[in-house]
Amino acid sequence: MVSKTLNAPNGYKVRISLKTALGEDAYEWNQSEMFFFQATMAFAMRRHFQMETYNVDNIILCVQTSRVSFWFVVTSPDNTTMLIPKADVEKAVRMSRHRINNAFLLSDRTLEFLGIYPTLAAPVNPDTPPWLIVFGVVIGAVCVGIIALLISSLLQKRRKEKGMTEDGQDEEDMQVKGVENGINLDGTYNRGFTDDDRFTKL
Amino acid sequence: IQLKCLQVSNQDLEERIPSYEELEKLENEEAGDRPKWDNKAQYMLTIVGFCVGLGNVWRFPYLCQSHGGGAFMIPFLILLVLEGVPLLHLEFAIGQRLRKGSVGVWSAIHPYLTGIGIGSMCVSFLVSLYYNTIMAWVMWYFFNSFQETLPWSQCPVNANMTGLVSECERSSPVDYYWYRETLNTTPDIDNTGGLQWWMVLCHVSAWALLFICISRGIETTGKAVYITSTLPYAVLTIFLIRGLTLKGSLNGVKFLFTPDMNELMNPTTWLDAGAQVFYSFSLAFGGLLSFSSYNSVHNNCEQDAVIISIVNGATAVYAATVIYTIIGFRATEKFDDCISGNILTLLNTFDLPEGNVTENNYDQVLHSLNGTYPEVIQGLNLKTCDLNSFLSEGVEGTGLAFIVFTEAITKMPVSPVWSVLFFIMLFCLGLSSMFGNIEGVLVPLQDLGVFPKSWPKEAIAGTTCVLCCLVGLIFVQGSGNYWLSLFDSYGGSIPLLIIAFCEMVGVVYLYGIDRFNDDIEFMIGHKPNLFWQITWRFVSPAIMFVIFVFYFITKVQETPMYKAWNPESENFPTLEEKEYPSWIFAIIFILAGIPGLSVPLTAIYKCLRNRCCKKDNEFKQDDLNTIAKQVHLTDEATKNKPDIPETADGR
Repeated sequence: MVSKTLNAPNGYKVRISLKTALGEDAYEWNQSEMFFFQATMAFAMRRHFQMETYNVDNIILCVQTSRVSFWFVVTSPDNTTMLIPKADVEKAVRMSRHRINNAFLLSDRTLEFLGIYPTLAAPVNPDTPPWLIVFGVVIGAVCVGIIALLISSLLQKRRKEKGMTEDGQDEEDMQVKGVENGINLDGTYNRGFTDDDRFTKL
Repeated sequence: IQLKCLQVSNQDLEERIPSYEELEKLENEEAGDRPKWDNKAQYMLTIVGFCVGLGNVWRFPYLCQSHGGGAFMIPFLILLVLEGVPLLHLEFAIGQRLRKGSVGVWSAIHPYLTGIGIGSMCVSFLVSLYYNTIMAWVMWYFFNSFQETLPWSQCPVNANMTGLVSECERSSPVDYYWYRETLNTTPDIDNTGGLQWWMVLCHVSAWALLFICISRGIETTGKAVYITSTLPYAVLTIFLIRGLTLKGSLNGVKFLFTPDMNELMNPTTWLDAGAQVFYSFSLAFGGLLSFSSYNSVHNNCEQDAVIISIVNGATAVYAATVIYTIIGFRATEKFDDCISGNILTLLNTFDLPEGNVTENNYDQVLHSLNGTYPEVIQGLNLKTCDLNSFLSEGVEGTGLAFIVFTEAITKMPVSPVWSVLFFIMLFCLGLSSMFGNIEGVLVPLQDLGVFPKSWPKEAIAGTTCVLCCLVGLIFVQGSGNYWLSLFDSYGGSIPLLIIAFCEMVGVVYLYGIDRFNDDIEFMIGHKPNLFWQITWRFVSPAIMFVIFVFYFITKVQETPMYKAWNPESENFPTLEEKEYPSWIFAIIFILAGIPGLSVPLTAIYKCLRNRCCKKDNEFKQDDLNTIAKQVHLTDEATKNKPDIPETADGR
């Protein structure tokens, strides 16, 4: 059976998805639950209008299906033939939506009032975007790294220069000896191991 | 076939390259101030890092899946053996033998071939520019992963809080985040869109990080690679374990590897396999030559080449498996969502109790309802849910990493952790490849003497990084994404094929395969066997030539198009195919032409200079000595000791 759209200008269709919301813990939807719904809606009306006269009888339900879905209209407590306009019902539902959802252990998605869209959660805008914080940390580490690098290379240079000027005299000799075989040797030449008598063996 | 007429005369050549005796002396006395690897592991990790890059993660899995899954392994492995390994061995051997960077090696073989080295340098430069922008994108996503709800998991609310932002609603949160909040992309390449400040910050930090790692050459990169080359494997393994425990992962793996043998008849499969092997090995960039030149002379380059090829191929397959477990999971989730959406629509329309229609009986129920209420069913516009179409969605390139994979991550529990891990992995993969790219730029610059000799290594590296960073600002504009694909398609493809072909021909026929065989025998102790002879002489150059010709013809025939993100286009969110404006052709010519033409142009230039100045060839060679190797040899010998008898073996 295709679902009917009633010509009910002041009514709302409610759709409940118990299995989607609760899975295995889903309770059975029966007449007692319907009564609970009427009571919750009456509470919502009371809360919004701040009139203590709304009662479960003022909430009329019809076209209940096994989906579970049904229509409801709200009658005025003073005059049961007069219906409360749609806009007012909507305001009442929006005000107590959270309470209604929690009463049935459901959410905006699983307890749907067709026509009343859930208000979107206000986005949380932190003062500093979180990515800037991480960026700051990384850039800080990089800067420290670069500075350390530059300092260490400066120190190395200074050490080399000091080393060079100290054995400035030895440099000449070392160069001369070092080029012996056409190869330049780095570091200080240890004369203790000079092979002076290479060619004078007997 | 020796082509003796083309071969370089022995005497000239021997004056330009170190002889065996000189090499032995260098080896034994550890003379010369050329940098050296601390140990073999550093060398291997650096090469593995250079070869294993983003392409293994986001190009190979796509090729594998689109060319018949498991069947693609066959052309891939065959071409790996026939094309990849020989070229790799060649580059390792020649670098190790001549002990210079790319410009140095080629000008030593013959001055007219300097163009090959210059071409390598240009390509390395162009690729470095855009590759580091991808690193910047990865860093941006990395910075944004430190939030409980990942920013790309939901659409932002619009200005007056009435609904979600329209562009996001029509496409998807991940698409919106990538195209709007990350790139802030313009509808076409003509609008530059200005510099995006957040991207500029990431861009600068990417270059700064790179600078720290390369500031002292292999002294610093050698340490960095211990992390950048090993971390990706650890992360891939973690993802594999996580992936296999997710629902639907095996669907992905099956989809990837299901062989379709008919694809082997398709020539594009073989071409794509060849191109993938070639680009995946980072050949012709000059980086491999440089890295090998820091090795000891008797290092077994043959063994290295085989090991690296195996590692590269295995990593590609491994990464593909991991990626597809996650893609399988995402596709299954999307499929489930699609079916659930349809089921819900049916339940709501027909007021059926929950649980009446499930995934199993969906088709049955739909069929019976269609029989009784056909108009209603039509009016519902139920989506067709096809698992295979979800599996083949946008799974290559940046789309894979920044759209598909990030979406999959949002569906996993504890998403920020997986996001952080994934982007660290991508960053390490890219950074280790950047080391090789930059090496291919810095060493030739030093060889050419562009920088004054008094400048320390850090200054040279720093200047290059600052320059590249500034030029790379093109890629962080609104239209940066389009520029990047332009550079990638034209700068990083055709010129490499030309250069690699010239390298092979240059070594085998100009340097001389006999001399090369002797060199290898000197270095590793035995002559290269028949396999190497055949592949070096005929097979590999032939394959390169065929791939080049086909690539060239395809690129030249097709009108260059690009895919633009245009919220106003009709088929939004599908990317709009647009033609490049006419001034782009000048840019394309610069990108593809200059590196490619540098080979003949430099040869002609040197020839003309030689002829018109009529100088002695020998005299000129001194200009081309590298900075990294001691230059004093000739000077000292002639200056200080003109009459030493022992220098008969030297110069």
